[in-house]
Amino acid sequence: MHKIYLLVLVCLLTGLLAGTAEAEKPYFFPYVNPYEATVMEVPSIYEAQLPAEVPTKDFRIHPFPDRKTPDVFWYDKGLACSLVYQKHEAPLVFIIAGTGARYNSPKMINMQKALYQAGFHVISISSPTIANFIINASEGMVPGNLYEDAKDLYRVMEMAYEKVQNKIKVTDFYLTGYSLGGIQAAYVSMLDEEKKRFDFKKVLLINPPESLYNSVSKLEKLLGDNIPGGAANFDLWYQQLLDDLAGIYEEMGFFDLTGDYIYKAYKRHPPREDFLAALVGLSFTLSSSDMVFASDVMRGGGYITPKNVIMNNSTSLRPFAQVANRTSFTDYFREYFYPYFRQQEPGLTEQNLIDRLTLKNIESYLRSARKIGLLHNEDDIIMLPGEVDYLHGVFGDRAQIYPTGGHCGNMNDPTVVRFIVDFFKGQEG
Amino acid sequence: MTAFIQRKRLLLVLLSGLLLLSACSTTPKTTPETEPPMRTYEELVDQSKSSPIDVYDPLEGFNRGVYRFNYYFDKFIFLPIVNTYEFIMPTFAQKGVSNFVDNVYEFSNFTNNLLQLKFKQSGITLARFAINTTVGIAGLWDPATEMNLYRQKEDFGQTLGHYGVGNGPYLVLPILGPSNLRDATGVVADSVAFSSFGPPAWVDDDDATLAFNVVTAIDKRHRVPFRYYGTGSPFEYEMIRLLYTSQRQIVIEK
Repeated sequence: MHKIYLLVLVCLLTGLLAGTAEAEKPYFFPYVNPYEATVMEVPSIYEAQLPAEVPTKDFRIHPFPDRKTPDVFWYDKGLACSLVYQKHEAPLVFIIAGTGARYNSPKMINMQKALYQAGFHVISISSPTIANFIINASEGMVPGNLYEDAKDLYRVMEMAYEKVQNKIKVTDFYLTGYSLGGIQAAYVSMLDEEKKRFDFKKVLLINPPESLYNSVSKLEKLLGDNIPGGAANFDLWYQQLLDDLAGIYEEMGFFDLTGDYIYKAYKRHPPREDFLAALVGLSFTLSSSDMVFASDVMRGGGYITPKNVIMNNSTSLRPFAQVANRTSFTDYFREYFYPYFRQQEPGLTEQNLIDRLTLKNIESYLRSARKIGLLHNEDDIIMLPGEVDYLHGVFGDRAQIYPTGGHCGNMNDPTVVRFIVDFFKGQEG
Repeated sequence: MTAFIQRKRLLLVLLSGLLLLSACSTTPKTTPETEPPMRTYEELVDQSKSSPIDVYDPLEGFNRGVYRFNYYFDKFIFLPIVNTYEFIMPTFAQKGVSNFVDNVYEFSNFTNNLLQLKFKQSGITLARFAINTTVGIAGLWDPATEMNLYRQKEDFGQTLGHYGVGNGPYLVLPILGPSNLRDATGVVADSVAFSSFGPPAWVDDDDATLAFNVVTAIDKRHRVPFRYYGTGSPFEYEMIRLLYTSQRQIVIEK
């Protein structure tokens, strides 16, 4: 008998302790430097506990079935999306990925798991900036205009839901997105007020830029500004990086890419901020290159690829990749993006367009729409000074701002995951 | 042994077939209406400067053909088998199989560490093999890693690189994927050494060797999350070529 009492006591105590530990755990993020927070993987002890696998169905939709895909994209057959589903009736959350990210990128998978664990269905949508989206789902095929992106996304959401609606029972529709997907979610929500197909009950913007142009200009400078001698010396910088990685491998005796390994290596050799900043810039440059190439090819060429040429599986794309890498977003904006929209709307100035691609542009909507919440970090590296404070002012008590986390670096932090889940589980705003 | 030779012969037939496919040009085909773009390669790219993306790839047309072949092979043959395997086998058993395969291949790690005169690493490899084969029950578990005796991965491509052999032309091998002339030579050398002097020769049982080879192929694919055309980048071929070359540089240099 004593044994059983003891067992019960132990269970109660551990249960109690676990309970208090969970409830009172303050926000703690292991990286204080915003570039570290943005780039580095987090060791597993600082991450939310998520299920290893969740029931997922990948599927493809064809918003423009009559569109002919150029041969060079022969492998691309329909926009890929995924559904994570509950067996029971539940609300459905749409997630929009950030710049350059697919529906199944690591951040998306973590969100899917967290939301599944909390009892939601989830449909994941790739960013309108990726080639797969431009080729299959973008009407104008010139991404970056938030109004157009919202229309494309809305169409995709309708078709995706139609495709899976026999499989799931949905009570309400919610919407979220991170980074560029965050600002797009705001515009999609506004479009939904008109169309009312989903009548979103809750919308959460995670680390959105205030101004697309400001954030992107800041990001694209990071590569050139943080490589000694500028982007022209990329080769040297890259070779040094490989040497450093070889050194770490040799010293640690093994190599992998888990958060625990990277954190251990980080503790021994904290990377310099300029290196991390350059990595962020590089990652952005690569995403932007993919986008510019896909858009140009889909629109018949003339910007970075010749007009009226035949490209197929055998065509070497390296020269185009190199040109794309040397095409900044500012170049894209001035030489390609702005002329395209001015053609549709004579009298449109560059500044008009820049001002339109902001959250400020829809400030009155954001102030009045109580269903929209904001999750941000004070040290987000894509924001200019004052932009986070401005958004805090607009959203007021609907904003949750963490002191650290960089740009989307803390999305899998236990406290942040709990906030996201509670946001969707809580009472309607 | 015969099975091994048969497999190589099949590979040769496949290779020659694919070479025929590679006779196509890698520059875009122009037409009378072709117009140059606003931003051109000639204007923007300083060709006197080397760039990491510029990997030596004289057989690009052929390689791109194999890359595409691998995509279809994966899609219709390899991945369905791997998915079935993953569905049938419990996760811990999959881990056990991986450990077992790794343990048998310690033979190649050992010989290549020795060839590079890395005696400490050879010693670690030998100790790993001894511990994992006994305490780890025929290599199904990997207690050696828990004792901080990490796997000292070396192959003959790395050995050649260690002694200064350069990459040679980039190659995409059927089924096996990205490689280069040096590393492909290494793959052949390792596989000949392994089957002639390694565990298959010790066991000397063609059926067992065949079974092991099948399991190895499935296990190795199961462990590589890479999917052809799965990165979403139109420049995937170029990026993979760059990453493969960089990764090999790191493991040779370390």
